[in-house]
Order: sequence, then C-alpha cells, then structure tokens
Amino acid sequence: MSKGKLAIYWAASCGGCEIAVLAIDEKILKVGELFDIVFWPCAADGKVRDVEKLPDGGIDVCLFNGGIRTSEQEYMAQLLRRKSKVLVSFGSCASEGCIPGLSNVNTKRQIFDAVYKQGEMTYCENPQDLRPQPHTTVPEGTLYLPVFYDTLRTLDQTVEVDYYLPGCPPEAENIWAALTAIIENKLPPKGSVIGRNTTVCDECPRKRSEKKIKKFYRTWQIQPDEETCLLEQGLVCCGIATRAGCKALCPQVNSPCIGCHGANDGVADFGARLMSALASVIDSNDPDEIDRIIKEGIPDPVGTFYRFSLARSLLRRSKRTNGVEVEVHRPAAAAR
Amino acid sequence: MKRISIDPITRLEGHGKIDIFLDEQGDVANAYLQIPELRGFEKFCVGRPAEDMPNLTARICGVCPEAHHMAATKALDALWHVDPPPTAKKLRELFYSIFYATDHTTHFYALGGPDFVVGPTAPPAERNILGVVKKVGMEIAGKVLKMRHDGHHLIQMMGGRRVHPNWGLPGGVSKGINEEQRREIEELGRHAVEFAKFSLKLFEDVVLKNSDYVKIITGGDYTHRTYNMGMVDSQNRTNFYDGMIRVTDPDGKELVKYHAKDYRQHVAERVEPWSYLKFPYLKNVGWKGLVDGNDSGVYKATPLSRCNVADGMATPLAQAEFKRMYETLGGKPIHHTLATHWARLVELLYAAERWVELAADPEITGKEYRVIPTAVPDEGVGCVEAPRGTLTHHYTTDDRGILTKVNLIVGTTNNNAPICMSVKKAAQGLIKKGKVSEGLLNMVEMAFRAYDPCFGCATHSLPGQMPLEVTIRDPQGEVVRRLAQHVG
Repeated sequence: MSKGKLAIYWAASCGGCEIAVLAIDEKILKVGELFDIVFWPCAADGKVRDVEKLPDGGIDVCLFNGGIRTSEQEYMAQLLRRKSKVLVSFGSCASEGCIPGLSNVNTKRQIFDAVYKQGEMTYCENPQDLRPQPHTTVPEGTLYLPVFYDTLRTLDQTVEVDYYLPGCPPEAENIWAALTAIIENKLPPKGSVIGRNTTVCDECPRKRSEKKIKKFYRTWQIQPDEETCLLEQGLVCCGIATRAGCKALCPQVNSPCIGCHGANDGVADFGARLMSALASVIDSNDPDEIDRIIKEGIPDPVGTFYRFSLARSLLRRSKRTNGVEVEVHRPAAAAR
Repeated sequence: MKRISIDPITRLEGHGKIDIFLDEQGDVANAYLQIPELRGFEKFCVGRPAEDMPNLTARICGVCPEAHHMAATKALDALWHVDPPPTAKKLRELFYSIFYATDHTTHFYALGGPDFVVGPTAPPAERNILGVVKKVGMEIAGKVLKMRHDGHHLIQMMGGRRVHPNWGLPGGVSKGINEEQRREIEELGRHAVEFAKFSLKLFEDVVLKNSDYVKIITGGDYTHRTYNMGMVDSQNRTNFYDGMIRVTDPDGKELVKYHAKDYRQHVAERVEPWSYLKFPYLKNVGWKGLVDGNDSGVYKATPLSRCNVADGMATPLAQAEFKRMYETLGGKPIHHTLATHWARLVELLYAAERWVELAADPEITGKEYRVIPTAVPDEGVGCVEAPRGTLTHHYTTDDRGILTKVNLIVGTTNNNAPICMSVKKAAQGLIKKGKVSEGLLNMVEMAFRAYDPCFGCATHSLPGQMPLEVTIRDPQGEVVRRLAQHVG
C-alpha cells in the first residue's frame, strides 16, 4: 500500500491546535509511517510553491486549523481545498471562529483604531496616525501586507469542508480517533463532526438533581462545592449545550465549561441552544423577575452564549447598514 | 537607488516575511521583517466580563497560554483590589514554574538547540529535533519527551487542560491540590532538576567545548548593545511570576526599577505602516529608529535580558550556573544574542528548582486557595515574565467588572525592534557585492531563533512557530534569491 499524503495548515489561530497534534505523543511516529507529510509549516519542510505544483486532489487529507481573516489565509484555504481530497476543519477557529471570531462585534476600522490610534485603547505613540497598509513605499522599494478583512469567517464559509473536529483545541485522544478513522477508511458521512454526539454533562462526574435557578452567579462571586453540578449552583456552565469529548475537564477543576467543543449535531446555533437550555432552568414565571435574573447574572450575552461560535452563528457579526457601523446592543442580540 | 516592486502573489508563504534590498553595489541597503496579521483582542474583549480574560487571552497563544492566563489572573487581582492568600500565590507560581520548565525544554531541544547540537553548518534536513536525536541518541530523546509529557500532565492536573487552562480567578484559583497530587508534583520536579542539570552539561560538552561555536556566539554579527528588561524580586533576583520590572542600560547600570502598574510611564509603542506589529521602546530614552546604543530606546526582554538585569538567581544550582555563565563570557551584561540559549538553560534549572521548592512547601496543599473579592472593580495591571519577554495585561472596567479598556504588551512584541536589527545585521554581514553566502539562511535563522520569537503572541494573531521566507532583490527588482525556512 502506498503512503497517503497529509497536510496540516494554520490560518488565524493561536498554535494550540499544533501543540494538540504533537500531544498524541509517540503516535505521531505512526502518522509518519502511514503518511508522507507534504506540508506542515510548523514542523516539517514543504513550501507553498510545492503545494501549488501538486495536481488537484494530490493531497489525501488536509487538517486545516484557524479562521479566515486575511487575503493570505483565504488564498491558502482555496489552494488547500483544491489540492485535498479530504479537507478537515480542525478545531474551534476553523469550525466556529472561536475567540477571535468575537471580533465580529467590531469592524476593521474599530479594531485598527483601538490598536494603533494614539489615545485610544492602547498606549501607542502615533502622532502621524499611521495604520498598517497593504502597500508601503520605503526608500528601497515597496512592502506588502495581506489585506485584513472586516469580518472573520469560518473555513466552511470560505470553501467546502468535508469533516469537522471540535475543540479548542481538540483533545489528543479525539485527534488520534479521527486519524484512525481516516487511516482505516471508516469515516462518517461527508459533512459530519467527528466526535461524540452527547453533551459534556454526560461525561461530568458531578452530582445532578433538579435544576432550578433563582440567581446566576459570576465565577468570581462564589466558591462552588466540588461535588454538585455547577449549573445547579448558579454558575453558567455551558456543558448542558456543549458537545462531549473532553471528559468534562474544566468542571473537574471546579470551573464551569466554557463551551469550546461547540454544538451537537442538528443544532444550527450554539448560542440559541444554550439560551433555551438556561431558560428552562430559571425558576420563575414572572417576566420582570426573569429579566432581572438574566441581566444581573449574565451581563454579556454575546460573550457568554457566543464565546466560541459567533462567526458561525446565525448572527455572524454586528449589523452594518449602508456603511454606517452599528454596534450590537448586547442584551437585544441575546434576546433575539 | 531604484524603487523595487514586489509581487505579492509570490510572497503568500508563511507568516513572517523578510525583504532584503540590495543597493547598486550589491550590498545590503536595508532589510525588513514584516508581521502580516492582527487579531484585535484589545478591541473585542471590551464589553466582556473581566473574569473571562484568563480564558479569552489564553487564545492569544496556544504555545504559552499559561503566561496569558496568569498575567490576566493577576490583572484581575489588581482590578478587584484583592490579595490572594499565600497558598493561592504559591500554587500559581508552582504551576507557572512547571510551565516554564516545559516551554524552555521545547525551545532548547526542538527549536534553538539543533543549530548547536547538530551544528550551524549541518544540512538543513538534519537541523531539527530528529537530527538532535540522531546526534545524541534515543535515550536523550526519551528524556526530552518525558519532560514535556510530565509538564503537560501536571498542567492539566492543576489547571484543567493541557492547552488553555481554566483555573485563574481574582483572589486565587478555582481548585487546590491534595497531598497525593503534591507528592507526584514534587517527584516529577526532582526529575526536572536532573533533566535541567543534564541539559546544561550537554550544552557545555557540545557547545562550550567547541571553540568554533564559542567564536560564533561571541562574534560581532550577533551582538547588539541595547537596554535590557526583566522582572526581579525584592533582592533583585530573577522571578517569573511576580516582582518589579528592572531596566538596565547597555553598560549594565540600572536605568529604572518600576512597579508593573506604572509601565505606561516607561514604555511606549511605535507604529510602522509596513507591519501589523508595533515597536515598543523606552519612553524616557526615546525612539531613534532601529539602532542600538545608550541613546536608543530599543530594549530586549529575553532570558538573557532577565539574567542581565538580575543580581542573581534565587535557587542554589541556578545561581552557580548564572555565575559560571558570566565568568565564562566576560562579565555582565552580555550582549551576544546567541548566549540567550545558555541563559534559557540557566532559567530552566531555576524553574525546576523552584518547582520542587514550592511543591515541598507546607502551605501548598492549604485549603485557602481563594478569597472572594468584595471591592468594586475599576482598573488593574497584571504582569508576568512570559518565556519570550515581559508580558503586561492592563484592564479598565465599569463597576460591574465589564471591560471598557484593554491594553496588552506581550513577550515577543518587546523584541520586535531588536529582532529586526539582528536580521539586518546578519544580512549585512553575509551579503557582499551581490554574492549571497550559502550560510545566509541559517545565519539569519540563528539570529531569529535566539529570541524564540512567538509572533502568535506578538500580533495576538499568529501561531507559535513561524515559517519564514526571505526574498532578496537587486535594485531592478529582480529576485536574486529566495530562501525559505521554518523558524521557531
């Protein structure tokens, strides 16, 4: 049997997915036995030009992590799609936008002003009010930068994707399970998320009883006990709406699940799913009381319900009308 | 000199770009390092609850999420005016020491070390971790893998996850450790001390006993006389988790020692239109461009810088190695960029010794690992030494603790200017009259690698290890040479 050809690429990501791949430890040698790694900028040689020269479909499997924010990343997504038989959207950034996707509440101009404008968010000295430019003329010539887009997109909003691997980053055991499925040609139907289709609650060792919430607490406000369900103690634990696969690691160190594995099959919008799950545990029928419980305990609905998934949500980004930038009114966005 | 246009399509590779421009004589006119992206955490974190920041900012960098997690957690202490109990501080520093030892191991063996262990002129295909294994044997490779595995195991045990922990809170941490866990941590810490000692011995045998290597380290192509920055404890010894920021001048004299919260009085950032990455500099010295010397506000914040600003190390074995390094290289301060590798190993030993000290501390299994804040939050600065430089998080909130302003100065960003300078100097030293030395690629790489640059952190955008492409063009804009390599 001839060896398969594997590519691993990163776009707008943090590098944690690469570390997660390396965390499969000695099994990485097995990957090396079964695949020729034709392109993996983090760990092996291989240039973009070499990928460009491959025939279309010349790569068997490409694991692509990171969202799409610049012209360079868009080009790489298109190139690797064309060259790969199977394109896997690897991790939360590629699949949902992840934390960087929260930048879709802002526009490019707002982000640039925050970072580079003197007297704004940061403390840079910029009396000439310079901004990074796609083209800059210097005495010796012209320098180019990739274009920074207004909106961060997921991989599947850019090109067609065959499979998804959830997690920020995916856990090593799940990465190995996915690679095994690829090696043994036991892949689920195209478009599937490779992973368990239950929730973090199903893996969580904490004791559960009836959930009735009169008040949501923020993590800094209470010391939860180490045995009881965190949601029952009033903490917004996202486990109830989050895909299993991590074995409830965060609740085991007494921290609520923050939702990094995304939604289960058939859920179009993670935030809506979590909102509806939380709505069902609020112990009140009085609209004013419900309003107060939510406003006090969940001051940032976008950041709570769409922490990892804003870019792929039904909302996708803050509204822009006729070129006028309108900031999301957060409570309203969550109520929608 | 003619202007040169560069076709962007040919330059889509990778996340860092160097353009080297030649003049009419074929000598290097200038070299630019460009960082091509930004993610904008400073903006989109506004509106979020501050207590989310340890988790949000961990996603700045998957290679050193622990550093952001910790700087953010300390910023929350300051924001809520809460002083964590001793057990909480010790648990955090223990966790951070484990992370440091793990991270420095990765750098030395997988990224920086191959240049020396395998050799700076070895074929590129062997200048990697596999080449190191081939040279030193499987037994050592096993030690390296075990060190990394142990570190990640303990990071998950304490912080919840191997990558992106979920643990820090204003006033402490979410969970402490029990006696059984403590014993395991201490035992693995003792292994880490042995591993660090072994690594220093390896460095001595392979590098210091080879006069050619020592010549390269102390050679002029890799030397810049800049200011240095690092965190020190009350006795001016290196500390990664807490202390004051000390800056020394190119002669080694203290310029200033300040509380992290006062960083704005001392550090400013400059914008260049050709890079998404800003250039920090010492405000009170001033920006004079990408030049070194006492009049230029350019500073370094690296393992070597931390040694340069410190009077010593707080643990006995690391202190002995610290002394030996300075005695061997001619006293303080050291400006040879490549000596950073040695300093990193001294720090590895310190981190491992501190790990054992803290694991053996009677308070470490205490039940008071957290206090609940009661004050109204307003503004807070949190600072730690990330492996790649001083890391500062600065938040302002409303009285509910919802963020209204976020400023971040991260490890590698501190070193943006010196890295650019090192690249230019290496290029100028190696390219003469249009002839590109065969050794250029790796020599440029070596200038880079010493800093262990993490542009993922730096731009809050990019992955931890950086593929690098160097394009060299003559005054007509024709490509003389294109070199590509993957730089750690």
